[in-house]
Amino acid sequence: MIDRMYLKLPDPERDHFQGTIDAPIALLEYGDYECPFCGEVQPIVKEIQRRLGDDLCFAFRHFPLTNVHPHAEHAAEAAEACGEQGAFWPMHETLFANQDTLDDESLAQYAAALGLDETRVLQEVILNAHAHRIREDFRSGVRAGVNGTPCFFINGQRYDGVRALEPLLAAVAEPVRVT
Amino acid sequence: MPSTSTKSEPEHAYKEMYSKSQRSALPPKTEAPDFTLRSTPDQWLSLSEFRGQPVVLAFYPADWSPVCGDQMALYNEMLKEFHDLGAELIGISVDGAWCHAAFARDRKLHFPLLADFEPKGDVARRYGVYRYKDGVSERALFVIDADGKVYWSFVSPVGVNPGADGILSALEDLQNKRTVPATMEAK
Repeated sequence: MIDRMYLKLPDPERDHFQGTIDAPIALLEYGDYECPFCGEVQPIVKEIQRRLGDDLCFAFRHFPLTNVHPHAEHAAEAAEACGEQGAFWPMHETLFANQDTLDDESLAQYAAALGLDETRVLQEVILNAHAHRIREDFRSGVRAGVNGTPCFFINGQRYDGVRALEPLLAAVAEPVRVT
Repeated sequence: MPSTSTKSEPEHAYKEMYSKSQRSALPPKTEAPDFTLRSTPDQWLSLSEFRGQPVVLAFYPADWSPVCGDQMALYNEMLKEFHDLGAELIGISVDGAWCHAAFARDRKLHFPLLADFEPKGDVARRYGVYRYKDGVSERALFVIDADGKVYWSFVSPVGVNPGADGILSALEDLQNKRTVPATMEAK
C-alpha cells in the first residue's frame, strides 16, 4: 500500500545526488523549497560539500509541507521537471535562492533562465507530473522519522543536533575523521 | 547567527518552561475513556462516534508553540495516509475552542482540534497524560482500535516532535489484523 516504504538512504536508483554514491559519507537532506530553515541551511550544506570533497555524497529528497507552504509542492514539481531535462541541481539552487517568489510564472522563468524548455516544465508542474515521486520521498521521510524540515541523515542516522556549520560538519565528518 | 536559531531554541524554551515529571499513559488493551469535547465554538465531538474504526488521539501541550506547530503541520500532511489506513486523527489540548479555531485556520489544519478546556485537562487526566505542575497535557499519542481499546500509546519528551512513524506502524498492524482473518476465511 505504501510503495517502497523503506528506501535506502540514499538510493542511487532513484535519488538525486552529488558526488559518488560509494563515498564514505552519505548526507541526505529532506527539505521543502519554501521552508525558511531549509533556505538558511543551504550555504552550510555547500560549505560541507566543499570541505569534504570526494568523501561526501549529498542527496536531496522532497518533504513539502503543502498546507503551511502553498508553493512548496509546485516548487518540488519544478525541480523534478528540470531534472527530467538534466538540470535538477541548478534548479534546486535557484529555488532556494528565490524562496519568496515561487509562483508558477516565476518557476517557468527560472527554467528558461537555465536554458530549459520552460513550457514543458510549466506543463509538468501544472499536471503534477512528478507527484508520485514527491509523495514517495515524503513517505520515506515519515517512515525514517523526519519530523520537520530540514532533516538530515548521515549514513542513515538522523542528525538531531543544531543546524549550524560546525556541529553539522563535525557530525558529518566523523565517519572519516577529517581533521 | 540566524542558522543557529532553529531547532534548539524551542527545545531549550520547553525545558525552561515545563517541569520534569513522569506520566503513566494508559497502556495497550485498556478501555479508552469516552469523552465529549468542543471541536468548534458551537460543535461537540465524542470519541464513541468513531467506534468501528481506528482513531489517533494526539495530545499536545499548546496551540501556537513551535514544536506543536511542526507536529500538527506534519500530521496535516499525513491525513491521506491515516485515512488510507481507515483511521481518523484528532488533536487535543487544553486551549479553548476559539483559540483552536484561530490556530487551525492559520495552519490550514484539516482535522479536528478538541478543547480539553473545562474541566481543564480532564480528558488528559483520564488518559494519564496531564502535567499537573504545568497545566497542560503531555505530547502523547494514542491509537485507539475499532473496539474502543488503546492499541498503542507513546509519550514524547514535551519538546520533541515524535513524528508519525509510530502511528503508521500501529495503524498498519491494526489493518493487518483485520485483513488476515478475512483472507483465511476465503481459503
